[in-house]
Amino acid sequence: MKKFILTFIVYIFSINLAFSGADGVNNLSKKKGEVKDCFERVNRATFAFNQGLDNAIFEPLAKGYRKLPNPIRKGTSNVLSNLSNLITIPNNVLQGDFKTAGINTARLAVNTTVGIFGIFDAASQMGFIKSYKKEDYGQTLGSWGVGEGCYLVLPILGPSTVRDLSGSIINVIGGDPWYNVTVRNDTQYFKDSDYFISRGGDGVDFRSKNIDSFENLEKNSMDFYASVRSLYIQDRRKKILNSDNITETQDDSDWDELQSN
Amino acid sequence: MLKDKIKFLIILISFFIIPKNSFSIEPNIFVQSTVNRASQILSDDISKSEKIEKLKQVANDTVDIKGIGFYTLGKYRKELSDIQKEKYNELFKTYFLKSFSSRLAEYTNPKIDVQSQEKLSENYTIVSSILVATETRPEVKIQWRIYTKNPDKPMIRDLIIEGLSLARTQKEEFGSIIQSNDGNIDSLFSSLKKFIDN
Repeated sequence: MKKFILTFIVYIFSINLAFSGADGVNNLSKKKGEVKDCFERVNRATFAFNQGLDNAIFEPLAKGYRKLPNPIRKGTSNVLSNLSNLITIPNNVLQGDFKTAGINTARLAVNTTVGIFGIFDAASQMGFIKSYKKEDYGQTLGSWGVGEGCYLVLPILGPSTVRDLSGSIINVIGGDPWYNVTVRNDTQYFKDSDYFISRGGDGVDFRSKNIDSFENLEKNSMDFYASVRSLYIQDRRKKILNSDNITETQDDSDWDELQSN
Repeated sequence: MLKDKIKFLIILISFFIIPKNSFSIEPNIFVQSTVNRASQILSDDISKSEKIEKLKQVANDTVDIKGIGFYTLGKYRKELSDIQKEKYNELFKTYFLKSFSSRLAEYTNPKIDVQSQEKLSENYTIVSSILVATETRPEVKIQWRIYTKNPDKPMIRDLIIEGLSLARTQKEEFGSIIQSNDGNIDSLFSSLKKFIDN
């Protein structure tokens, strides 16, 4: 109980920090954006734990997965991507992007039925062009102007922020239809394990696509923890802005100061 | 003989008449030629250490290592003495070339297609390109921040891979090292030395 109260206090304290960054205007792109690593010591310890876990389980799994024939990997990736629409679509709506919500709904319907549970991307062949970008509740909160708050490293799940953790909590209290039909509600069609297998599969799929980049980054980093933190925060800011335009996603002021050479 | 003299005179006159900026290199062409140079080295049938040496030469010619070094120091660059700056430049250059070439040497014949460019200011142009997908890796978007203050000699200042800036990542990594040692810049120098010696 004591632990729960302590966790709760820390959470409330952190979310206050997160909301203190909210000013109603989404000006992430113009912020200097120093990362607030309020729990760095704990985060570093969790990061080391996750790295151990990765070396022992996820990396070997990802390497094995990568050896599977391409059509199997592609099909698995398609199924997982199709499933992620269940979170993306409500977030498209919450962000006011009704057109994309419509396209994603049509893609979900076509690929789940004609595409056999999403194994085949039949929707693209029917003219629903694939420019799919995953959305989640953390991104929606960000697009509403909620600041990211303190940086967190979660056991097993990896990098996050207070805002993104809040988004994940929304998933498990009813925001994720896939979680609702597998874990939350006792339906006769799905088991709890279906959810955890799909989440684990998502992790392995992502890891397998990034084996070389991760190895390279780890080998060439003097502070691997800080590099991962920077990449995570940059990635989230880019995803919230839904932009590939780096003048929007990157702060240029420091470059402008540099006039050497 | 007279013909030769006339030829020489024409060349001499044209050298003064043709405006200087006609020698400027378009950033997208600069990037494509740099990529082609690197690709050629990576696909050559030579040892890894030879590849690394050749890639270092390409980086020396095309990357503004000094500029990136100062950028990655962030707020700390204003606190350096001239002696420290000199020491840092030297360390950073060795660090950068080692890290850059060993990262790149892992790739075998990467195919990069330059697609477009956007001029941000007199000093910067962003060149967009695609690293073509392979069996094991999906397509990757790469943007290049090109420093164009001297249009005759554009230089690379940053690579932005799928929206993630390498220079910024390095800046935050360096900042973290200095910060966790109570703002002592020497801690960064020791880390750089350690990396170089490894």
